[in-house]
Amino acid sequence: MNQQPIIIVKDLVKKFGSFVANDHLTFKVKRGEIFGFLGANGAGKTTAIRILCGLSFPTSGELSVAGYNVYTQREKIKQNIGYMSQKFSLYDDLTIFENIRFYAAIYGLSKKEIDRRTDILMKKLGLEEAKKKLIRDIPLGWKQKLAFSVAIIHDPKIVFLDEPTGGVDPITRRQFWDMIYEAARNGITVFVTTHYMDEAEYCDRVSIMVDGRIAALDTPVALREKYHAKNMNEVFLQLARAQKTEVL
Amino acid sequence: MKRFRGFVVKEFLHIFRDYRTLLILFGMPVIQLILFGFVITNEIKDARFAVLDLSKDETTRQITEKLTSSGYFRLDRNLNTYNEIEEAFREGEIQLVVVYEPDFARRLERDHVANVQLIGDASDPNTANILVNYASGILTNYLLSMNAEVIPMKIVPETRMMYNQELKGVFMFVPGLMAMLLMLISALMTSLSITREKELGTMELLLASPLRPMQIVVGKVFPYVFLAFINACIIILLGWAVFGVPVRGSVGLLLFESFLFISMALSLGILISCVTNSQQLAMMISLVALMLPTILLSGFIFPVENMPMVLQWLCHIMPPMYFITAIKSIMLKGNGLFFIWKETLILIGFTLFFILMSVKKFKIRLS
Ligand SMILES: Nc1ncnc2c1ncn2[C@@H]1O[C@H](COP(=O)(O)OP(=O)(O)O)[C@@H](O)[C@H]1O
Ligand SMILES: [Mg+2]
Repeated sequence: MNQQPIIIVKDLVKKFGSFVANDHLTFKVKRGEIFGFLGANGAGKTTAIRILCGLSFPTSGELSVAGYNVYTQREKIKQNIGYMSQKFSLYDDLTIFENIRFYAAIYGLSKKEIDRRTDILMKKLGLEEAKKKLIRDIPLGWKQKLAFSVAIIHDPKIVFLDEPTGGVDPITRRQFWDMIYEAARNGITVFVTTHYMDEAEYCDRVSIMVDGRIAALDTPVALREKYHAKNMNEVFLQLARAQKTEVL
Repeated sequence: MKRFRGFVVKEFLHIFRDYRTLLILFGMPVIQLILFGFVITNEIKDARFAVLDLSKDETTRQITEKLTSSGYFRLDRNLNTYNEIEEAFREGEIQLVVVYEPDFARRLERDHVANVQLIGDASDPNTANILVNYASGILTNYLLSMNAEVIPMKIVPETRMMYNQELKGVFMFVPGLMAMLLMLISALMTSLSITREKELGTMELLLASPLRPMQIVVGKVFPYVFLAFINACIIILLGWAVFGVPVRGSVGLLLFESFLFISMALSLGILISCVTNSQQLAMMISLVALMLPTILLSGFIFPVENMPMVLQWLCHIMPPMYFITAIKSIMLKGNGLFFIWKETLILIGFTLFFILMSVKKFKIRLS
């Protein structure tokens, strides 16, 4: 097992004009881990994830993803990651099957491989009957699960999930996390952002972001102990309050 | 390449699934051409005409009577001098003026030849053309009926078109329609299709995938090159079938010029989608900044040389006029590249310029 961290971020800064969206972020993500980015809306989670995916350049900082440099090897990075964006991102006017086939194709899978994986996926999600249904005609829970499955259809080394469970009912959320666990068991590193505090408990380690900074980073158990909190929500509230008083 | 193919397949799926848009795109040229044809045939009933009878004899009276009873024409007034012709047309009611030369009947009898002048109002050239043809036909019929004997007699109709000697409108319509539709499909449709991905957020996923930005852009416009081409062919074929608009020059050259124009419009579409993030805005920009000039400032509807200087100048800095001039020259005059190299070069220039601009803009947006 390679112990080299799969994501290394050192002093990541991202500015939009004079506004600092990411303020000197430093962290490492281990291979095969489920790493959570926890924070309120506007904390800078999406900004960071987009940089890690090669969708925007950092203002400064040293970053490597899957062993590749974020500034110079974006193409290499893109071949090794999967990404599920904050916005729902399957095509409404295409069928389930067509969506899967499309994403598999743009990641360069062969036709045979596409068919094989589609079949497996359909069975797993219990969607065999619905293969020819348009995305717009299926419930949101299904869509989210499908979007996740599509994001890892090419067996990436890392998958980035930006608030994947936004607006989804608790049961589906639970099922969704089962899928995340399964992916992690299969060796995919999961980088997930969320503003649901309870979801932080499911992560191996969480980084709590407040106003563009990492306020704390550790396993959920360690964080709860350190802040003498019953759950992650209390941890978060204490950190957010601390940040406020600091500003005042 | 596999990736690119997968991407293009998806684009075609989008297009075919949205069959309503597809129907509009392909129905539009057909409907517009047929409507145009319908308007023309519709106007041939009871067309008003005026007579300038410089002979005032039995024969001219009979011919006028024949014209009137044909059902196509209605006598509106009699004129007394040449000067009144212009005035009659100006008032706008008169579509045809018939002038009989002095001593019409006597000349016909003596020389077996007499002259009649048919003057059409060619500001609506198609109608004028048809009216003049009908009137000539009626004249010929009259001669045949009155002259059962073998003496060869001839009435020579001399036709003249007022206002628009070259008959611009008719044949302008097909090239103009082509310019408009190619612009619509290429620029509007691509800009919509790209901004839609932005709106949906799927553009993020595409950019995060191993697809190269260039592949995304080319994949997006690729299907529309096809659609635009098919549409161009439909228009040319229909124009030929409905109006007899010919393609006298090389078809290859015609398609090449169309391809140039399509590329130019596509890069404009890409450019628009680079500077906007919503479909609505893209649509507004395409319609106002591209369609209006294509219709109004290209010579499509209004002849460029009749415009005020400022507008003429505007026409010259926009591509549609050059395209229309070029394909008109190929289709109607049968000219080769030698005659339209200037227009072709200008179109190539525009195309390169817009492609460069859009590639540059697209790059900027990525970082
Ligand atoms: N392209 C941009 N230009 C200017 N400001 C931006 C841009 N993208 C994000 N921001 C700002 O950066 C901050 C962090 O945004 P974001 O990373 O989306 O937060 P989160 O995903 O944690 O909700 C927000 O205040 C947002 O307004
Ligand atoms: Mg976000």
